[in-house]
Amino acid sequence: MSRVRSWMRHDSMSVVFAILAMLLLVFILAPVVKTVFSSSPGTLWDTLRDESVYSSVLLTVLAGLLATLIGIVVGVPLAYLLARRQFRGKRFLEALIDVPIVIPHSAAGIALLFVFGRQFLLGKLFGHVGITFVDTLAGVVIAMMFVSVPFLIDSSKDAFKAVDVRMEKVARTLGASPWQTFFRVSLPLAWRGIFSGSVMMWARAMSEFGAVLILAYYVPFLGDRATVAPILVADRFTAFGLDAALPVASLVILISLVIFVALRYIALRGDKQ
Amino acid sequence: MIKVSSLTVKLGDFSLQNVNLDVDSGEYFIILGPTGAGKTVLLETIAGLHPVLKGTVSVDGRDITNLQPERRGLGIVYQDHVLFPHLSVWENVAFGLKSMKCPRRDLWPRIEKIAELMNIDHLLQRKPPGLSGGERQRVSLARALVTDPKVLLLDEPLSALDPEAREKMQQELAEIHRRLNVTIIHVTHDFEEALSLGDRVAVINKGQVVQVGTPDDIMRRPNSEFVAGFALSRNLFHGNAAGAEDDALVDICGLRVRAQTALRGAVHVSIRPEDVFITREQVKSTAGDSFKGVIAEVMDKGAVIYVAVNVPPRFTCLVSRQAFGELDLKTGMDVYITVRTSAIHVF
Repeated sequence: MSRVRSWMRHDSMSVVFAILAMLLLVFILAPVVKTVFSSSPGTLWDTLRDESVYSSVLLTVLAGLLATLIGIVVGVPLAYLLARRQFRGKRFLEALIDVPIVIPHSAAGIALLFVFGRQFLLGKLFGHVGITFVDTLAGVVIAMMFVSVPFLIDSSKDAFKAVDVRMEKVARTLGASPWQTFFRVSLPLAWRGIFSGSVMMWARAMSEFGAVLILAYYVPFLGDRATVAPILVADRFTAFGLDAALPVASLVILISLVIFVALRYIALRGDKQ
Repeated sequence: MIKVSSLTVKLGDFSLQNVNLDVDSGEYFIILGPTGAGKTVLLETIAGLHPVLKGTVSVDGRDITNLQPERRGLGIVYQDHVLFPHLSVWENVAFGLKSMKCPRRDLWPRIEKIAELMNIDHLLQRKPPGLSGGERQRVSLARALVTDPKVLLLDEPLSALDPEAREKMQQELAEIHRRLNVTIIHVTHDFEEALSLGDRVAVINKGQVVQVGTPDDIMRRPNSEFVAGFALSRNLFHGNAAGAEDDALVDICGLRVRAQTALRGAVHVSIRPEDVFITREQVKSTAGDSFKGVIAEVMDKGAVIYVAVNVPPRFTCLVSRQAFGELDLKTGMDVYITVRTSAIHVF
C-alpha cells in the first residue's frame, strides 16, 4: 500500500489525468449505455417492425452507403492529389475541404438548396437528366455527402502520405504505368486509411440531421414517404414525447454501434497481417 | 552507352546545373558526393522520375529525355530497399515481369534463375517486413535485375547495412557486375566504397559535377580543394610555385618542396597521408625531400594510425600499427618525414 502511495505522490499527474479521463468516459458512455438498455429486446424488435421505423432505418443506411460510395469515387482521387502534388493554393484548398465540418449543418442545407434547388444552376443541370434533389432520395444523399466527405478525404490523404513515394517510383521503373502503379501499389498500401475514412464518413452521414432536414425532409421511399432516422427520433420526441422517442433512439444507436464495431474489427484484423 | 548532356533540373530550392556524364557499356560508374549534393536527384532524373529543364539523357544513342520511366528499361535500387510490403518476395520480384506482360510460362524460370543468383530462393514465400537488411537488399536487387535492365541505378545501396553485411554486399555487387555484365551507376557518399567498386568516379557537389576520373585520378590527382578534401587527402596546402620547366619549387608556409608541375603562382598542394613516410633518421634521396618535424598528435584508428607531424606546416602520415610500434613514436618526439616528388600533386 505504501508503495502505491509513494508512487501516487511522485506521479500526481498520471493520477489527475486518469481521474479526468474517467469522468469523460462516464460522460460519453452513460447516455449511450442507458439508452440502449432502456428498451427490452422485445420492445426493440417491435419498434423495428413498425413500418415507418423500418423504412427510415433502411433509408438512412442506404443513403449513407450511396453517399460514401460516391465519396470514395470522387474523394480518393482528390486525396491522392493532395498527398502527392504541390501546387499554389493547396493549403487554402485543404482548409476549404474541412469547411462542411465547421459550419452549422442547417446552414449547409440552405447552401445546398441554393445550388441544387430546381431553379438554380446545378439543380437545373441535373434536372435535364431527370434527377431532382428537393425532397428526394438524391437530396438525402448529397446532404449526407456534403457534411461527411471531409472525413474520407482527410483520412485517405493521410493514408497516401504514409506511402513512401519511392514505392511508386520503383514501380514506374519496373514498367508499371501511373494507373497500374496506383492500383497495384498506392491503393493497396493506403486501403486501411481509406477504409476507416469511409467508415467514419458512413457513420457521420447516417447521423446527419440539419442538412437533410432542410433539403429532403420526407422523401418518397419504398412506395411511401420516409425520413432519415435522426429526424424520425426528433419528430417522435416533439410529437409524442420521450416514451415514444426512446425505443427508436435505442434502436438507432444499437444499429450504428454494431456496424461501426464490425467495420473497425475488419480494419484492425487487416492491421495484424 | 548512357550519356547525360548539359542536364539542368530544378526541384524546389535544389537544382542540378549543367551536368555532363558519359558512361560506357558494362562500366561500373560511381557518383560520389556529400549528402545534399544532388546524387539521388541525378539518379532519379536518369530514371525519368523528374522533369528536365534543360539538356538530354540518352541511352545507346537514343534520346530518352521525355520518355516515361516505365518505358526506359532502367532498374533502380534504393538505400532502404523500398520493397512492396504488401507483396511476398516472389510477387515483388515478379512485379516488373508482370508489368512487362511477360508470358506466364516464362515467369517462374526467370524468377527462379535470379533468385538463385541472388541467393534468395529460400525467401520467395516470405513477406518483406520479416527479412534482414541484407536479405531485403538482395530481394531489391533481384526485383530490378529480373527485368534485364539496360542500366542498374543504385542509390546508396550499402549505406543502410551494418559493416559486416556491407562488406559482403560490396563483394556481391562486384560479382553481379562481373557475371551479368550489366552497366551500373552507383551513388554513394563513401569514398572507400567508390574506390573499391568503381571503374570511374564522378564527384558531384552542390548540383554540379566537379571531377570525373578513375578512382586513382580522384585520389592522387584531385582538381579542386573540394575533391581533395572529400578523398581524405588530409594534406592539403595553399602554396606558391616557382621555377623553370616542369620542375617547380613550391613554397608551402615557408617550406620549399620539389614537385613536377607546369603551374606557377598560387597553387594547391595535395599529398596523401600514405605517401608521407616517417623515419627517425634523415633520408637522403634524389627522388624526394626529407624534413625534420615534431610529432604533434597521434590518432589511433585501430588498423592504422595517423600521426600529425609539425614541420611546419603540419603533415599527416599514415603509419601501420607494426611500424608505429617499431619506431616507438610518441607525441613531442623529433622525427623526419619524407615525401617522394612524384607523390606531390599540385593543382
